[in-house]
Amino acid sequence: MSNSLTSNLLEYTLRIADDSLILGHRVSEWCGHGPILEEDIALTNIALDLVGQATNLFEYAGTIDEKKRSADDFAFLRYEREYKNLLLVEQKNGDFAVTIARQFFFDVYRKLFFEALVNSKDKNLAGIAEKSLKETKYHVKHSSEWMIRLGDGTAESHEKIQNAVNDLWRFTDELFFQNEVDEALISEGIAFDNKSLIAPWKKYIDEIFSEATLEIPTQNWQQKGGRTGMHSEHLGFLLAELQYMQRTYPNMEW
Amino acid sequence: MVNLKITEKEIWDLLEQVTDPEIPVLTIIDLGVVRTVELIEGKCLITITPTYSGCPAMQVIEDDIKILLKDIIDCEIKLTLSPAWSTDWISENGRKKLLEYGIAPPEHEPDKSVLFSKPVVVPCPQCKSKNTRMVSLFGSTACKSQYQCNDCLEPFDYFKCLK
Repeated sequence: MSNSLTSNLLEYTLRIADDSLILGHRVSEWCGHGPILEEDIALTNIALDLVGQATNLFEYAGTIDEKKRSADDFAFLRYEREYKNLLLVEQKNGDFAVTIARQFFFDVYRKLFFEALVNSKDKNLAGIAEKSLKETKYHVKHSSEWMIRLGDGTAESHEKIQNAVNDLWRFTDELFFQNEVDEALISEGIAFDNKSLIAPWKKYIDEIFSEATLEIPTQNWQQKGGRTGMHSEHLGFLLAELQYMQRTYPNMEW
Repeated sequence: MVNLKITEKEIWDLLEQVTDPEIPVLTIIDLGVVRTVELIEGKCLITITPTYSGCPAMQVIEDDIKILLKDIIDCEIKLTLSPAWSTDWISENGRKKLLEYGIAPPEHEPDKSVLFSKPVVVPCPQCKSKNTRMVSLFGSTACKSQYQCNDCLEPFDYFKCLK
C-alpha cells in the first residue's frame, strides 16, 4: 500500500472506531443509573456492543499503523484533537430523552453506514461491518421504539424528547461529513459516498417523527468539527475519566 | 513441542471440554464459535469467532483453549469476524442443553426492522407454557433477552436470535 493510502485508511478506520468508543463510554455512564432496571441493562448492553466494535476497529488500525500502536494506545493515549469522532456522540447524556435522541440519530445513520461498508474492498472493514450490523439492528429498534413511546406518550415525555431533538439537531449534518480522505478511499472501492446516506436517513427520521408526533426543528444552524479534531467542551472531561488509569499508572494492565 | 500423532479430529474432540464461561452447560463446539482447526507442521491453528463484538467471554475462551492444549501441542488462536456468527450455528445438542439449563433457545424471528413487532412466542423452559411475555429485549448478557412466564410466573432468559 502507498503511504497516502495507508494514512487515509488509518484515518477512516479511526473515525469509525472513535464514534464507537466515545458513544460507548457515554452510554456506559448510565450503568447503575437507568430509569428502570431493564433499561439500565439495555443501555449497558448497547455500550458493550459499541466498545466491542471499537476494539475490533482499533486492533485493525494497529495493523495498518506505521507506529504499530495497540488498541489500548489508540483508546487511552491520544490527545483530544487526535480523536475524530462526531460531535454528536460526545454530547453529555442529559436526561433519558437526550440520551435516546442522540442514540436514535446515530443508530439510524450507523445501520445505513454498515450496510454500505459490508461491500468495501477492504476485507477487514467489511468483516467488522458485517458483524457490527447485526448488533446495530437491535440498537435501531430500541431507540426508534423509545422515540415513539416518548414522543407519543405523555405531555411531559413529549416535551422532553422534542427539546432533546431541538438541542441535538445541529449535530446531525456532521454524520454525513466527507473530505479528501473519503474521496481517495472511494476511488479504491474501500469507502463509499457518505452523502448517499442522507436521503434514506432523512426518510427514516421522517417516518418515526410522524409516528412519534415530533417536529423536525425549523432552525437549521449546524455545528461541525469532530471529524477534524475540533471538539466541543465535553470531550476533554470524558477523556480525563476514560484515560485516567493509563495516564496515572502508565502501562498498567488489569 | 511437536506432536505428530494427534489428529484434527482429536483436537475437535478435546475442544468439547471448553465451555462458555457465561453459559457453562454449552461447550464452544455447541455454540459454534470454533470455525476451523488446522494442523500445520506439527502446530495447531484454531480459528474462533465472537458471538457479539464486545463479548467478554472470548478472552476467557482463548485462555481456556491454550491451557487445555498446553501439554499436547503448540497452538495459535486466531479471531475471525467474517462470516459473522449466527444463532443458526448453535448445534441441536446445544439447543437441548440450553433448554434443560433453563434458557430458552433461539426461535425463528421476524426482521428486526419491524418496530413494536409482536415479540416472538418463546415457550417457558420450566413449565413449557407458550403464555409468556418479553420483559426486555436486552438481558443479563449480550446474547440474551429477558422473558417471564405468565402461567408459572418464572422469569427466564431467552437466547435471542442473531442473523
